[in-house]
Amino acid sequence: MKSSRIVLLVYIVFLMLPIYWLVNMSLKTNSEITGPLTLWPTQITFQNYVKIFTDSSWYMGYVNAVLYVLINTVISVVLALPAAYAFSRYRFVGDKHLFFWLLSNRMAPAAVFALPFFNLYQAVGLFDTVWAVALAHCLFNVPLAVWILEGFISGVPREIDETASIDGYSFPRFFGRIFIPLIANGIGVAAFFCFMFSWVELLLARTLTATNAKPISAIMTRTVSAAGMDWGLLAAAGVLTIIPGAVVIWFVRNYIAKGFALGRV
Amino acid sequence: MTLSLEAVTRSVADEIHVDHVSLTFIRGSLNVLLGPTLSGKTSLMRIMAGLDMPDRGQIKFDGKDTTELPVGKRNIAMVYQQFINYPTLSVYENIASPLRVAGIKREEIDRRVKEAAQLLRLTSMLDRTPLQLSGGQQQRTAIARALVKRADLVLMDEPLANLDFKLREELREELPRIFSSSGAIFVYATTEPSEALLLGGNTATLWQGRVTQFGPTPTVYRRPKDLITAQVFSDPPLNLLSGIKQNDQLVLNGAETLQLFDDLTSLPDGPTTLAFRAHHMSLHLSGSASLTLQVVVGGSEISGSESFVHVALGKTKFVLLEQGVHRIDAGTRLDVHVAIDHIFAFDAAGLLLRTPKMEFKEALA
Repeated sequence: MKSSRIVLLVYIVFLMLPIYWLVNMSLKTNSEITGPLTLWPTQITFQNYVKIFTDSSWYMGYVNAVLYVLINTVISVVLALPAAYAFSRYRFVGDKHLFFWLLSNRMAPAAVFALPFFNLYQAVGLFDTVWAVALAHCLFNVPLAVWILEGFISGVPREIDETASIDGYSFPRFFGRIFIPLIANGIGVAAFFCFMFSWVELLLARTLTATNAKPISAIMTRTVSAAGMDWGLLAAAGVLTIIPGAVVIWFVRNYIAKGFALGRV
Repeated sequence: MTLSLEAVTRSVADEIHVDHVSLTFIRGSLNVLLGPTLSGKTSLMRIMAGLDMPDRGQIKFDGKDTTELPVGKRNIAMVYQQFINYPTLSVYENIASPLRVAGIKREEIDRRVKEAAQLLRLTSMLDRTPLQLSGGQQQRTAIARALVKRADLVLMDEPLANLDFKLREELREELPRIFSSSGAIFVYATTEPSEALLLGGNTATLWQGRVTQFGPTPTVYRRPKDLITAQVFSDPPLNLLSGIKQNDQLVLNGAETLQLFDDLTSLPDGPTTLAFRAHHMSLHLSGSASLTLQVVVGGSEISGSESFVHVALGKTKFVLLEQGVHRIDAGTRLDVHVAIDHIFAFDAAGLLLRTPKMEFKEALA
């Protein structure tokens, strides 16, 4: 009992150490960071955070990132729902191949698509907008959402659909009133995975934006300047980047647990 | 109101599920579809409901062709073997659901839901969700939803198969009573012959997608047109004794002969199958004229106050049902008796040659 606790404790410390160090750095001045090792800030400063929240070139990075992540999540789930329903409920020519092909889309690295997207979006005038990133991420997230939702939908007996049509429900009414609440867990799980992918993806986000729609992860590279590295600012930006993900996980943790038990995660 | 199926046929991937079924159900009637699993009961019901389309044939309501009418436009209700409810809605909303869709006034919905809940003893459960209920209560909810709708056609696909014995008996008694007052056509699928006999009404026996016979339940049971119908309508399985009838003897496969008498001798000569139900075979010689078979016991199963004795005559196996506890060792040789009055005879094509001269108050299987 006791030794298992120690193991757990060591593991948690091991996991939390980088996060602690990041927070630690964000509260230090640059001179302290580059100076001798200190385990906690000798002189706590919030200057790094103040700069991020007051300088629009910094905080707009967060606004942009949140915007395209939300747009992407909404588009992915809305598109994936009917597709997953079709894959689950209907048999059509090539359905199994198409389903697998959808997944295989995710096997290609994002870098492969950076060039065609860059050229395409410049041609149609989407370059450097949050829509560019949101749509590009759909290439990965729609298949993922379809895959996850199909598992949940297949867990709902077909007889429920039939009972609803016998009861006289029109399809849209059935889908909205009966079906969506039934697979709410699945939608939560799918949305979570779309959010996470889109939030941490850097390459496409940086390639497809220039100034107006630059997300925080791309802006963070700016801290390398002629004056040297602004370590503290970078750490503060890092801390603020972790927070949205942590918040989302907190809210969907029950869904995820159920998702692991029920569906295809 | 009449529902008629005319030569309805449906096959899926070259496998015939429903084969030229023609049936007519009249308003207020109770109809049992009896057949083993995969005999086409569910396929037939789904066609009646409009969930599946027949490849050929027509479905007519009061003479009007409704074959192509979408499910939602037909006034029907269906209860499945699995307990199908809307898990996210309360029991009240589950029952009210078809009425809400139909746009019925709130007070009327409330009145009908409460009435149905009372009838199915769900009144205290109305605020719960289906998954908080026991299996029996979940199925009652599904039945209540079918009831409030006042459908013209109520389809029940083995609704009691997943319930425990006691609940099944209870609901089986209540169901016909609940629906008979509604004037709907009531169609009930089951695999159990005893359930068909208890429900009464009409029975259609199904075998490999075909309806082998349709008529009043006791008639189908007592006068099956052919061997398959008799076999479908028999549990434990019908005992068969096949051979070639010559004058007053039945020559069995093993070249043994069985002496026939009474009117059995007047059956036409040729391949003949004698058939009799398990409870008409006895360890004891009764007063009436009987065929006596010298058999070897294969084993016995005792279920409470009844015993099933498995016996064999050469390679032909029989099941014998006897009242009381009879534990007989395997391998024992003994004589068993079949009253002549209870023997069916079928010809080579399986058509009925002889109806047993049974007493009117036939004991139910």
